[in-house]
Amino acid sequence: MSRLPFYILTGILMIAGIGMSIHRHVQFDVPWTPGEQRQVWEVEAQVSFDADNGPVIVDMALPSNQQDYRVLTENTASSGYGLSFLEDDRGRRAEWSRREASGTQRLYYSVQLLAAPDSRPPRSVRPELPETIVWERPYGTAATEIIDRAHQRSADPFTFTRELIREFTGDRQGENARLLLNEFERTPLFVRLLNEAGVHARSISGLLLEDGRRRQNLTTWLQVFDEDQWALYNPTTGEQGRPDNLLLWEANGEAVLEVEGGTNSDIGFSMIRHNQPAAAAVRNQLSTDTLLNFSIHSLPLEEQALFQTILLIPIGALVVVFLRVLVGIKTSGTFMPVLIALAFIQTSLLTGLIGFLLVVAVGLVIRNYLSYLNLLLVARVSAVIITVIAIISVFSVLSYRFGLNAGLTITFFPMIILAWTIERMSILWEEEGPKEVLIQGGGSLLTAILAYLAMNNPWVRHITFNFLGVQFILMSLILLLGNYTGYRLLELRRFKPVTED
Amino acid sequence: MFNWTSPRKLSAKGIIGMNRRNIRYIGRYNNRRLYPLVDDKLKTKLLAHEHGITTPALIGTVTTQFDVKHISRIVSGQPGFVIKPAKGSGGKGILVVEHVANDAYVKPSGTRLGRGDLERHVSNILSGLYSLGGSPDVAVVEALINFDESLTEYTYEGVPDIRVIIFQGYPVMAMMRLSTAASDGKANLHQGAVGVGLDIATGTALRGVQFDRSRSDHPDTGHELASLKIPGWDTLLLLAAGCHEMTGLGYLGADMVLDRDHGPMLLELNARPGLAIQMANGEGLRPRLDLIEQQPPHVDAKSRVSFAQQHFARRGELHPTMNNTPGTVSVSAS
Repeated sequence: MSRLPFYILTGILMIAGIGMSIHRHVQFDVPWTPGEQRQVWEVEAQVSFDADNGPVIVDMALPSNQQDYRVLTENTASSGYGLSFLEDDRGRRAEWSRREASGTQRLYYSVQLLAAPDSRPPRSVRPELPETIVWERPYGTAATEIIDRAHQRSADPFTFTRELIREFTGDRQGENARLLLNEFERTPLFVRLLNEAGVHARSISGLLLEDGRRRQNLTTWLQVFDEDQWALYNPTTGEQGRPDNLLLWEANGEAVLEVEGGTNSDIGFSMIRHNQPAAAAVRNQLSTDTLLNFSIHSLPLEEQALFQTILLIPIGALVVVFLRVLVGIKTSGTFMPVLIALAFIQTSLLTGLIGFLLVVAVGLVIRNYLSYLNLLLVARVSAVIITVIAIISVFSVLSYRFGLNAGLTITFFPMIILAWTIERMSILWEEEGPKEVLIQGGGSLLTAILAYLAMNNPWVRHITFNFLGVQFILMSLILLLGNYTGYRLLELRRFKPVTED
Repeated sequence: MFNWTSPRKLSAKGIIGMNRRNIRYIGRYNNRRLYPLVDDKLKTKLLAHEHGITTPALIGTVTTQFDVKHISRIVSGQPGFVIKPAKGSGGKGILVVEHVANDAYVKPSGTRLGRGDLERHVSNILSGLYSLGGSPDVAVVEALINFDESLTEYTYEGVPDIRVIIFQGYPVMAMMRLSTAASDGKANLHQGAVGVGLDIATGTALRGVQFDRSRSDHPDTGHELASLKIPGWDTLLLLAAGCHEMTGLGYLGADMVLDRDHGPMLLELNARPGLAIQMANGEGLRPRLDLIEQQPPHVDAKSRVSFAQQHFARRGELHPTMNNTPGTVSVSAS
């Protein structure tokens, strides 16, 4: 009988668990500890235009996940408009539509972005070069001269771009440059010149994020490609590189905003920064439902809260298995301590302990009387359940009268479990005496307290809730413990006399 | 760390712990399908009858709450009797009535019970108070064992029984359990009974323990344990070894009693026998179990018993008093 399949199974579970957890940490930036803070930007775009009393289609570019920023949630406010989000080779876009609109229209779009420094830059597809570029005289000559000069002073597309922009700024701005700037807008002009020189480039729009700014506009940037690489240039200063606070809003060289059936369209941005606990930031992440991203966070909030507790139960089970298999503690009812520990989480430890001892003690006294009535077991346990409910009600009312609100949490105890505990303890008392009751009752309470401490630990709560892979790790640990044939800690004491002689 | 020992020392002694017992022996050699045969004492009894293994006489059974009030009629005319739950464990719910006097049922401790107490006890048994998981149960009424008088002075109220660990049909270790005042006439070690390790070869005492600590005399009668020798030892081992074929279980504990008239009898079987027997013997089970595992299968009971008697023979650690068996003093002292 080989144990190999067993070890393979536990190994697979362990590796799967660790792998899933690391994947979630790396891919979705879920932190290992709950205390970490994450920066979240809230950006609101306000689109306004005058409608022409007819059908309206508004098409706006939307930001997507990119270097340093990840989209968490997005909302829109646009009463009376139909809305759809599109994702195609033009990038992510929102399309509002309405059959008839008149007067000034305002559409709102807000997005929450997580500042994620280690996130990877998106893949950018190099734009194709236009087939022909037509220059009118005398601009063609001016352009050729500028391109030639920049070409001589450069080695590759990036240095070429830098030299080209330098031709249009500061001291070097010559007559040719001024001539061209008179006719063309700055950024499209650069794209045109670069394309003319055979360099792939486009103009894209970005938003410089600054805390608390309102009515901001997008700025245009020059994106230049060299094979698979690309670089951003500030078209005014010629500076190369992307500022850290630049959020690329439209990165495909398309128009940011297109309005059909309206005039005077404008788009303004306001933004605010706030710090969130990392766990909350994670919760807001858009759920892209893949198998690996299988996450509790895609459930509604109420169910999430439920799962937060459910996912802790394996931790309690692990504590019980550990204490029984490795230590050898006796408990009354195998998993009763876990349920008591769950109640402690609701009541806080001290209140819970006092409440538990009070209920069990009073219950034992009453159960002692019930044993004289010579009842059938099921009826007797049911009577104990009602007794437990009565005790809990009395304690709740009394503690409320005395102004001890903590006493009210006593209702969180699982009453049927309490009733069975009382029943078992009572039988144990009759058969084995009070000493065994103390041993088993004490063992149960000790286990419950340790399980509570483990389950109530903020780090444990964070890990179990955010990393479902941990459940696989727990499973494999429990399987391994179930395979342990060594001595229990308390057996070292029990069997001591044998080794003495 | 005065009260603790190290795993290495235990291992050197061949002691097996709970975890090892559960996984390596019970899990591997005891098919769960066969558990009901031993967990239900009524089934064990009927099965033993089929296989010609003697058990205490069955007086009657109570299966429904309706029959509870007939309990006094069932036991009428019996000098003494035992009421036990068919599916009880760890000696729970076993009521021993030593004799009946003036309509009162007298327990070995002298406590007198009325008819109502008896009915309540039976009713509790039926509703599953003592059974595993609280499932409905059957009350079994058995004749009280007239235990061998040669053993009277070793016990206090109640019947001493002999636990034999049977591994793949071989008797590997044995101990006698002597009830004490602390154990209320029951022979369960964790309730305070004295455990006396027995030599497999001869059935003589090796060593005694109570509450896991060494003892050389009975706490209530004060009688020394060294001179204890089980009469009819070979028959007892043969009966116990036969329980392997009877149940098909590879690792089990057979609880035997000695009746004055009928000799060794099977009281009950246990598919999860405890580990205290190692304490009573001052020796671990491991070397013996390892040896049995190397033996070829399908050996008849007689050869298995003689194999065990040959390989597991040991000399006692107790020091007999002079007036009892003077001849053995020098042997033990060496």
